[in-house]
Amino acid sequence: MRRALLRLGALAVLAATPALADSPGGRPVKLALPDGEQVYKQVCAACHLAQAQGSPDGTVPALAHNAKLATADYPITVVMKGQGGMPWFSEMLTPGQVAAVVGYVRTHFDNSYADPVAEADVKRIATAIKGSEE
Amino acid sequence: MTDSTAPSRRDLLTMIGKVGGAAAMYQAMTALGHAAETQFTGPPVLSGTKPGASVVILGAGLAGMAAAYELQKAGYAVKILEFQDRPGGRNYSLRGGDSFTESDGTVQKVQFAAGNYLNPGPWRIPHHHKALLHYCRQFGVALEPFIQLNHNGFIHSSEAFGGKPMRYKEVATDFKGHTSELLAKAISAKALDDKLSAEDQEKLMEALRGWGVLDKNMAYTSSLKVSAQRGYDQAPGGGRNGAPTPSQIAKLQDVLDPQVWTAMSFYFSYVMQTTMFQPTGGMDMIGKAFAKKIGKIVTYNAKAVKVAQSDKGVTVSYKDVATGQMHDVSADYCVCTIPLSIISQVDMQVSPALKAAMKAVPYGGHVKIGLEFKRRFWEEDDNIYGGHSFTDQSITQLSYPNDKMFGNGPAVLLGAFARDLAGFQLAGMTPQQRIETALKQGEVFHPQYRKEFMNGVSVPWSRVPWILGCTSAWSEDNRKAHYKNLVTLDNRVVLAGEHASYYGGWMEGSILSGMDAITQIHEHAQAA
Repeated sequence: MRRALLRLGALAVLAATPALADSPGGRPVKLALPDGEQVYKQVCAACHLAQAQGSPDGTVPALAHNAKLATADYPITVVMKGQGGMPWFSEMLTPGQVAAVVGYVRTHFDNSYADPVAEADVKRIATAIKGSEE
Repeated sequence: MTDSTAPSRRDLLTMIGKVGGAAAMYQAMTALGHAAETQFTGPPVLSGTKPGASVVILGAGLAGMAAAYELQKAGYAVKILEFQDRPGGRNYSLRGGDSFTESDGTVQKVQFAAGNYLNPGPWRIPHHHKALLHYCRQFGVALEPFIQLNHNGFIHSSEAFGGKPMRYKEVATDFKGHTSELLAKAISAKALDDKLSAEDQEKLMEALRGWGVLDKNMAYTSSLKVSAQRGYDQAPGGGRNGAPTPSQIAKLQDVLDPQVWTAMSFYFSYVMQTTMFQPTGGMDMIGKAFAKKIGKIVTYNAKAVKVAQSDKGVTVSYKDVATGQMHDVSADYCVCTIPLSIISQVDMQVSPALKAAMKAVPYGGHVKIGLEFKRRFWEEDDNIYGGHSFTDQSITQLSYPNDKMFGNGPAVLLGAFARDLAGFQLAGMTPQQRIETALKQGEVFHPQYRKEFMNGVSVPWSRVPWILGCTSAWSEDNRKAHYKNLVTLDNRVVLAGEHASYYGGWMEGSILSGMDAITQIHEHAQAA
């Protein structure tokens, strides 16, 4: 009973986020995102585009050949917190999916930062973000 | 143990479900008079404007044009700079012959038949959005009903009902029936004796019997009485074979699928309740009506590049996107309605607090797909006239046209309206992939799809170059930290738009924020 309640609570939070906008009904759709490549193609590419080239005016930054990816903590923080018009993904993706996609982008699109990105890194940054907001 | 009433109420709400809880809450609120319909009591009355006072407005969307209209009425000289070659902003419609370029350069050409359209942005107007309705009435914009709640629309879950789409009336009746039976059982088992008096238990049992359509044993079972809500196996007829036969109720386990209660809950939302409206002939009728009323004060194809201000006034530098030439416009004040998702393209001379606020608002990435079919099979074959069907697939929902019902010839159906991850997924596809996905997933509801399909267009807002997002999506934390700074006049510059309101993503929010922006300007100008 208690666990069911908690689960419902989590769903309600997801559903509540866009309640004010003229958004579709029903529950938010869940996607199968098994690896970093799929997260990039099915989520990030919507704005950063297929070759990670960003929008032509630079408003959505290119991730291709991007020196800011050198330290994994930076892209992890942006994905978890959002930045400017980019939403926060801490509620849409799991820590594992965030680690996978940051790892993927750092080793593709003319980026070669080989040091691995772990789920633990994402969790550490999630904790830090929470701390800074309180 | 702290407050013993709180958990008991939560338990009760959990048992009767979110829907019953919301209904009860709403009833209680109206009884107490707390649910006032709107903050709008009419446009601001701006009197005593100083001669020669002027305002430059960035953006000819609804916020900018409503602000311009009222400022002109009050005696201000107003100019609008608009990046696109048309008024309306997100208030627009796509029709046959229109073309549409995405941020990666992909071009789509709309092939709809004459008279058909898709509203890529706003498309429905709640009855309590009185500021917007005020202008529609005043400008003579013809409105027609937007059907919204259709009991005959479908609910589809890949995890319930064997993947078969069910009618909304079937699952809503069954959800109500099964949860009523459970609550009745809890009362019979004396599980609520310490929460409810004997008299209230009796009243609630009576309500559950009627509301849940329970049988004499307080059980939810298939019957003609239940079929009178969820529909029949054989519907009532006339003459010799007129007798109806009952339909079979769905299992409790199936109706507990979240697709059921989230759809029911959706229609309880304040902004989603009937009655809703749409402009006859396309949403852009509203933007066009505003543009006509404000006259020739809009410079189109003008990309604002810099907003400089002093204590005396504002100078906006803009580029004519056709010729590439730079120009300046000066005025006493500036209303900036440029979406925050692209505001970084403008060099804004504003306070650090406002600058921080402008960077604090993420945007949603909704996707809409319009599909044109040879005939209205949803009406002719499936008895669906307007309203929606919901699915747990990426397309999220179908919406049926609310106009020209019973018409012959091609009609456009909204084949997808996706948000969050589903919105990003569809946006990341090519236009051909999006249409194929919409057809494949929509076929679950309507096997007629492939045979009747003619053409389609998809609008991924994340890739719409002039906004790169759909609507503002404030987080509670950012709202707390930045909202006030965002909406407060910054010396000579004030922001407006749906992002500067508590009605994010609604035209009402744009207009109300425009009204507050010009009120602040007028107060400042009069005090000077």
